[in-house]
Amino acid sequence: MADTAEATGETAYQRVERSEEFQGLRRRFRSFVFPLTALFLVWYFAYVLLASYAHDFMSTRVGDTTITVGLLFGLGQFVTTFVITMVYARWANRTFDPQAEALRAGIEEGDL
Amino acid sequence: MSTAPLHLAAATNVGNPAVNISIFAAFVVVTLVIVLRASRNNRSAADFYAGGRSFTGMQNGIAISGDYLSAASFLGICGAIAVNGYDGFLYSIGFLVAWLVALLLVAELLRNTGRFTMADVLSFRLRQRPVRMAAAVATLLVVFFYLLAQMAGAGGLVALLLGIDGTAAKNVVIAVVGALMIVYVLVGGMKGTTWVQIIKAVLLIVGAFVMTIWALAHFGFSLSDLFQGAVDKAGDTGAALLEPGKQYGATSASKLSFISLALALVLGTAGLPHVLMRFYTVPTAKEARKSVVWAIWLIGIFYLFTLVLGYGAGALVGPQAILAAPGGVNSAAPLLAFALGGEVLLGIIAAVAFATILAVVAGLTITAAASFSHDIYANVIKKGAVNADGEVRVARWTVVVIGAIAIVGGIYAQKQNVAFLVALAFAVAASANLPTIVFSLFWKRFNTSGAVWSIYGGLVSCILLIVFSPVVSGAETSMFPTADFAWFPLTNPGLVSIPLGFVLAIAGTLLSKEQPHPEKFAEMEVRALTGAGAERAETRH
Repeated sequence: MADTAEATGETAYQRVERSEEFQGLRRRFRSFVFPLTALFLVWYFAYVLLASYAHDFMSTRVGDTTITVGLLFGLGQFVTTFVITMVYARWANRTFDPQAEALRAGIEEGDL
Repeated sequence: MSTAPLHLAAATNVGNPAVNISIFAAFVVVTLVIVLRASRNNRSAADFYAGGRSFTGMQNGIAISGDYLSAASFLGICGAIAVNGYDGFLYSIGFLVAWLVALLLVAELLRNTGRFTMADVLSFRLRQRPVRMAAAVATLLVVFFYLLAQMAGAGGLVALLLGIDGTAAKNVVIAVVGALMIVYVLVGGMKGTTWVQIIKAVLLIVGAFVMTIWALAHFGFSLSDLFQGAVDKAGDTGAALLEPGKQYGATSASKLSFISLALALVLGTAGLPHVLMRFYTVPTAKEARKSVVWAIWLIGIFYLFTLVLGYGAGALVGPQAILAAPGGVNSAAPLLAFALGGEVLLGIIAAVAFATILAVVAGLTITAAASFSHDIYANVIKKGAVNADGEVRVARWTVVVIGAIAIVGGIYAQKQNVAFLVALAFAVAASANLPTIVFSLFWKRFNTSGAVWSIYGGLVSCILLIVFSPVVSGAETSMFPTADFAWFPLTNPGLVSIPLGFVLAIAGTLLSKEQPHPEKFAEMEVRALTGAGAERAETRH
């Protein structure tokens, strides 16, 4: 299936991989997903470290209630998880999928 | 603020076993009928392992949450919050945030490049036999640890819910759970298992929702008053429930143990084999994405419920009564159900808890069977020279063997303190599986020795560090409290073993003279991102 370009010693998949469209697709994917991953991991570990080593700060009561700063930070983790999920799904559905889909159609109908 | 009229004396022997058993029996009958109907067209290997890849993103997302919200999540986290307050809540955050790793880095790429198991993705461009063997060993061990924890939990639950405390009776119940699970998986394959997960997930989430509203209503829908109720009920040390550190804050070793656990939780989920396998049950990568989005919403909302349920149990039942009950910490949610809605609500929650164990065990078993039959039998032993029927036949026998192991292991393990096994499963998944998956998807240079070093190194270091930790010896709560050969101070190996897994993957790759296969990586990368040539839904064939 992938031996159409034996003369140049390069497979069809390698040609696609080298193409500008694919390079662009990969760059857009990685530059969206990697920073987002770094962001949520840093925020998660900041939270974990605060819970371990900033006991008094995390135990501060908010106003007149029994709600603590730590609880709000914890609920904040839920909020960021939901937000990142929505942002990613929206980007993937609207921006990434059409480009990947076009490339895929080209590959499957074309020379592969 | 009002408190439920609950008498502590009654709290240790609550509910009506007949009600509990009949509700559970109804669940079994309904799910069996659905499994039978769903499995009529089960023929091919893709049917058995991946439900014909015919589930929608929403269905698979619900099933994923059913797989993930195990008895440890439901009973364990509610209990941990009721007794340890804030530190119990920390578990659920790690369990949830972890899904972002699966969403952003793993689910879609994996769906596009694999067929049935994690090893499919690794063997795409690495040497088949060594990586399949390594991945299958890691899969089988993770599943074994997880399975043992679930089965042992089943025994503990029986004591509380059926009002029986005898060893023989508990053993019978474990055997019944194991036998039912074998039937579900043999008859239904992945399709049947998925439907069991879906039904169970809906029951669990709806049940938790009802209890959450009910518990909040006792406190005029004020979260602050609910917390105050828990603080008051706990007595002198009550205020500590609202602060971090009640469970993990005592010493610097326990703080590091907690960080280690947090690392294992957040990186382990995307390496759990039974989670990975679920991504193959949908027709496309887009549906795989949709399933993770559904799973994140359902799991996140469920963990918000457990926050209320945990503190609610602390306020309405009280930590002393919970710890004194036959199921210990795990009895917080059932006791809260009894305090809120009497024996009928307890019966429903009890049945849901059983259904949870049953469904999770079924999901684990089919994963292990696929890994043994598809990776070890078909590709390592038979070198691919076996037809799909032969492979599925071996998978079915594997289901029976694993069921038997689960029953025997569960009976033995219930006398042991095995709560650490779930954390160990996450640590192995994060140290052995995740580095290999991530590197094989994203790092061009990555090769077979990197994968093999990482998987075996991560696996062995996890197990050794656990063996020489206070979990196994040297402390009052250890498995062997009288012996002391613990030199590793942390109760979770992740802090050491996870970085080690990544380092070994890099070192193994760089030190090997293996020739790279740029053409294989090109094919994998193009397929992973575009979906070209990915396995389709069964109906298209």
